[in-house]
Order: sequence, then C-alpha cells, then structure tokens
Amino acid sequence: MQRYQQMFSRLATEGRGAFVPFVTLGDPNPALSFDIIKALIDGGADALELGIPFSDPIADGPTIQNANIRALAAGVTPAMSFELIKRIREYNDAIPIGLLLYSNIVMAKGVEAFYAVAAAAGVDSVLIADVPLHESKMFRQAAMAQNIAPIYIVPPNVDDDDLRAIASYGRGYTYLLSRSGVTGAETKAAMPTAELINRIRQYNPAPPLLGFGISSPDQVRDAIANGAAGAISGSAIVKLIEQHYHEPAVLLPALQQFASAMKAAT
Amino acid sequence: MSELKLNPYFGQYGGMFVPQLLVPALKQLESAFVDAQQDPAFLAEFQQLLTEYAGRPTPLTLTRNLSPNPLVKIYLKREDLLHGGAHKTNQVLGQALLTQRMGKKEVIAETGAGQHGVATALACALLGLKCRIYMGAKDIERQQPNVFRMKLMGATVIPVTAGSGTLKDAVNEAMRDWSATYETTHYMLGTAAGPHPFPTIVRDFQRMIGEESKAQILKAEGKLPDAVIACVGGGSNAIGMFADFIEEPNVRLIGVEPGGMGINTHQHGAALSTGSYGILHGAYTAIMQTTDGQIEESYSISAGLDYPAVGPQHTHLQQSGRAEYVAINDDEALAAFQLLAKAEGIIPALESSHAVAYALKLAAAATTPQVLLINLSGRGDKDLSHVHSVLAAQAQQHAQQANEGVV
Ligand SMILES: Cc1ncc(COP(=O)(O)O)c(C=O)c1O
Repeated sequence: MQRYQQMFSRLATEGRGAFVPFVTLGDPNPALSFDIIKALIDGGADALELGIPFSDPIADGPTIQNANIRALAAGVTPAMSFELIKRIREYNDAIPIGLLLYSNIVMAKGVEAFYAVAAAAGVDSVLIADVPLHESKMFRQAAMAQNIAPIYIVPPNVDDDDLRAIASYGRGYTYLLSRSGVTGAETKAAMPTAELINRIRQYNPAPPLLGFGISSPDQVRDAIANGAAGAISGSAIVKLIEQHYHEPAVLLPALQQFASAMKAAT
Repeated sequence: MSELKLNPYFGQYGGMFVPQLLVPALKQLESAFVDAQQDPAFLAEFQQLLTEYAGRPTPLTLTRNLSPNPLVKIYLKREDLLHGGAHKTNQVLGQALLTQRMGKKEVIAETGAGQHGVATALACALLGLKCRIYMGAKDIERQQPNVFRMKLMGATVIPVTAGSGTLKDAVNEAMRDWSATYETTHYMLGTAAGPHPFPTIVRDFQRMIGEESKAQILKAEGKLPDAVIACVGGGSNAIGMFADFIEEPNVRLIGVEPGGMGINTHQHGAALSTGSYGILHGAYTAIMQTTDGQIEESYSISAGLDYPAVGPQHTHLQQSGRAEYVAINDDEALAAFQLLAKAEGIIPALESSHAVAYALKLAAAATTPQVLLINLSGRGDKDLSHVHSVLAAQAQQHAQQANEGVV
C-alpha cells in the first residue's frame, strides 16, 4: 500500500490531483481488457480501480452491470482477474492498483486466502462495495496482515462518529461518494462543497478521492478545487468500452485520449 | 460508529452487508421498529388492522380426507384465508405502519410470486402510500393475475429483465432504487431475509401465525403438535410459524425447500439443502453459488420459492440442529396441489403445496400416532393458469408417448 503514499507525495510536489479510472477486469475479454488498462495507464492514470466480475452487483447501475455480464460471459473468474493484475503489475511497477468488488467473491475464496492472493498479484488496496464500517473488521485485519490498504467509503450522509472511525481504520485513500444512488454517468456527481471536504479532512483520513458520476474534465477540476485529492471515473470509461469493444483500433486510442484529457484537468 | 439496538446476527449468520450509504436507512428502520414495539398505540393499530381489515385470527382446520394414514392427524393453519391470499399481508401491514412512523410517503418492494407485491399494494392503498414494485420479467409471465391485482390497487409494477428475471434480480433492483431514494422511501422487503433488521422485523410481524396456531391446537388436541411444517422461500411464513415453537423442544420444526427438478441437478432453489454459505442481499447465510462465489440462478415451479438464498435465522436453526430442512421437487408439489384440492376442497398456493407434500410423506411413513401442523401459507388462485398449462403439457406428452408405444 506504500504505492499510494508515493503517488500522493509525487502529486503534492507537482501540485496536482490524482486521476483514477475504473474498469471491470476481463471486460469484454481478458486479452482486450489488458490492452484497455494499458491504454488508461499510457493516457496518464495515476492509479487504477479494478473490479472483479460478480453476478449480482447491487451498487452498480446498468453500465457497470453490463461490464460484469460481458466479463462473466467471457468466462472470467477471480483467478483470471488476478492473472491480469499480475500482467499489469509487470507492465508498471509503480502504479497503485485497487480492487473494488463484492463481499461474496472474498468469502468464497476465504478471507485470509483472498488477501494473500491479492497481495501476491500486486494489489495495493481493496474496497468491498457491500461491506460497511460495521462489518469491516475481519476484512480490515486480513488486509493489514498482507500490507493491503482497506478502503472506506464516505457517503454524503456520513456522521461524525463514522468519520472518526473511517479516518482511523482506512489506509491508502478514502473513497468520497459524490452522491447517493448506484454507479452511472447518467446521474451526475453532486459536487461536495469545500466546507464538506474540509470537515472530512479535519479528521485526517487517508486522502479523499471523489467518485460516482464523474465523466468530464470539468468535474475533475472542480473536485480538486474543492479540496479532493483527485477523482475516480468509471461508468464514462466503461461506456466507451460498451460502444467500441468490437473495434479495438477505435477503442484503445479513444480511451487513452479520454484518460489524458481527464489527467490534464488535475 | 453509532451502535445498533438489536443483534444483527443469528449465531454467525446474518449481518448488514450493504453499501455504507444504506446503513443510516437501516438504522433508522431498526430504531423505528424498536420504538414501535414499545408503543401501545402502534401495537393497537397493528392489531386492529390485522383483525378488522385482514381477517385474523385465521382458522386452524383439521383435514378430513387428506391424511394417508389413520394414525396421523393433519392440521392446516389457514393463512390462505387471510386478506390478500397469503401470509404476506401480516408483516406488510406492520411495515406500512413503520413507514408512516418514519414520515416516509413512498414504498418500494420486490416480489416473486406477486403475493408480497399484492400485499404491499393493498397496504399502500389503505394507508395512502405510493408504491412501485420490482418483479422479474419471467415471474410477471407466470403470475399474471397478481400483476393485474397490483395495478388495480394503484401500484406501479416495474419488470426486471436482468439476470434470470426472477426474485433475486427484483431484490437487486429494489436495493439499487433504495440507495438513491432512502430519504423519502421505505424498502418493504417481503421475506425474513436480507440485511439486518429485516429478518428480525419480518419474523416479529409474522409470529402471530405460530402463536395463534399454538393456542388453537392446544384447544383442539390438548397438546402441542409433533411437528410443524412450512415451506421456505426466503423464510417468512416458516419463521412466523416456528418462532413460538422454538422453545418447545418436543415439537419438530421442518422447513421445506423447493427441490425443483431435484437437488442433484442445478434446477432447484434449496439453499439450505446444498450446504454452501456466503453473502447475498446483505446477509451471510446459506446461498446457491459456484466455487468462485458467483450466485447461481435458482429454479422452482413456484415463483415464491424461486430464490437462491434463505433468511439467516433458518441457517442458524439448521446449524444448531433445532430445525430440519428438506426438499420437495416440482412433481411432488404439483401432486400435493391437486390432492389437497380433491381431498378437502382447498386449492393451495404452489409454495404451500411443498409443505403439504412433505407432510404427506411424513404421514405415510408414521408408525405411531402423530399430529402434524402445516402452515398453509397461501391460496392457489394465482397459480391456476400456470398449473393448468403445466398439466395440459404433461397430458399431451403422455398421449404422445402412448402413441409412440413408450408407456
Ligand atoms: C403463498 C406463499 N407462500 C410462501 C412464500 C415464500 O416466502 P416465504 O419463505 O418468505 O414465506 C410465498 C412467496 O411469495 C408465497 O406467496
């Protein structure tokens, strides 16, 4: 998880924020998925957020649901997802790699075994979409034992007690939720005010990255201007994959261009 | 991290595995429920709705012709006679009152057979709440009359085409909706499953089934039954029937899961019978899954049992050995459906037919006098056209095989 600290101190000296793309591993198939992630890195991604495909993604809107369906239809398993991560790690040793997934994938492998496999593949952080603070202890302990950062979500309705706990348990970065609802570019991020981010920062959590509904450079700029350490964009990228996955020659340059435009706004 | 008021776990099962965003809504619900249970005005209003609107207490019927064995008496707890046609109405009235208590005006619900959807729609019509109901596209097809009932009572029915188009997918969509609307909207979950506090709330709003049954059978027999038997989808009618008998060690508790085409095939919905555990829809419990943890699609002839998980208290009751869980397949349920109609003039829901079928097996094998109590969770009106077409298809197949000299 030291890669996050290294990234944030590099960004601090540059006076910039982080751009973090999200895609589902193996979407639309393992071979193209590697090229997709490579294009995002080449376009300027500072860190990666990667999903392991799951049958019942309740925190996701239609765009990312379809990414899960495409990957599962291509036969992508957690083991294949980790193989992909290993290749990405070989391609770039410095970039922080975060997993964003659902709890049953972790439970099926066994919690400790899962984090061990993740660490061996080169994963720096794990965020489990359906594990709130109350249920997080077992996962957090297994993560810390493998030097993996447990990531916590700060929703817009967070209270002070939760903020305090998240600040003390979270490592790597803090996932600042821009709005309620599920993932999707259709519902735009509600930009948290500078006051809100300030209030959160007073608890001294790991640096906050803003996610959900971020699809344009303007939003990245606003998020950083209001005090976020960067922004995460998922559905907008997955939409490009959905539109062009049968024509990689169009898709890959488009993704690289999207990433560099988003990065330029940091 | 503010504390919960109730224990979210049953042994090691249960919990609150939902996105952080939904935690405040679940805590608000828990808090409203705990307060309401101590408020005589709430309890009185709930009781009044149950008696004057829904028709409680429901009768206990000693069957005259159903039992295959003179040693065995079979009683039916008649939830089929409850307004709405199934036990689902009980807990929905309770949750609708909680919705009002929380100052919420809208309700979302998922439904499989449509019985929970119908119950939700009627309670919302009665109490002036606006409701939208998620229902799998496949279920909409096999439960047409209930779709029309919901619409007549003012509900919006939203078809869910994702995944298998059944109850699991409807729950997914309802949870997605709720994560954007929890401030104004209550999620009226329809069974004793899902994240805390639903398994507890739904059980406590269904426990009158067992309480009434106990008093009724004591009056009729002067003793407790040897076994109580209920079908298990998510587990609400079963836990409502079991709750008051858990502390009666001489009463066997038997839950009947949908065996579909057989539990050795993948075509079933018998999560407890397969012995695999994981997290689905907010709870750690028995689920149907691949070795990688992908949720498997369940199957049953009965839409209300077509669900790849079960409420966490049932998993705990199974693990602690207090309750037994068995599976009845489609054909057996279909036979019991017809048999109860012919023997007693009662057409049961296909869900409840699973419990009847297992009671018949138990009765046939008995060598000592036994009293069996079945929770007849609902009536079969909603299933008539589906069963009709299944039977017609079977008859046609038979005729064809006879022509080909197979039979
Ligand atoms: C008549 C009837 N019985 C049983 C069930 C199964 O649900 P549960 O296991 O929650 O009782 C249903 C569900 O729709 C139903 O309609």
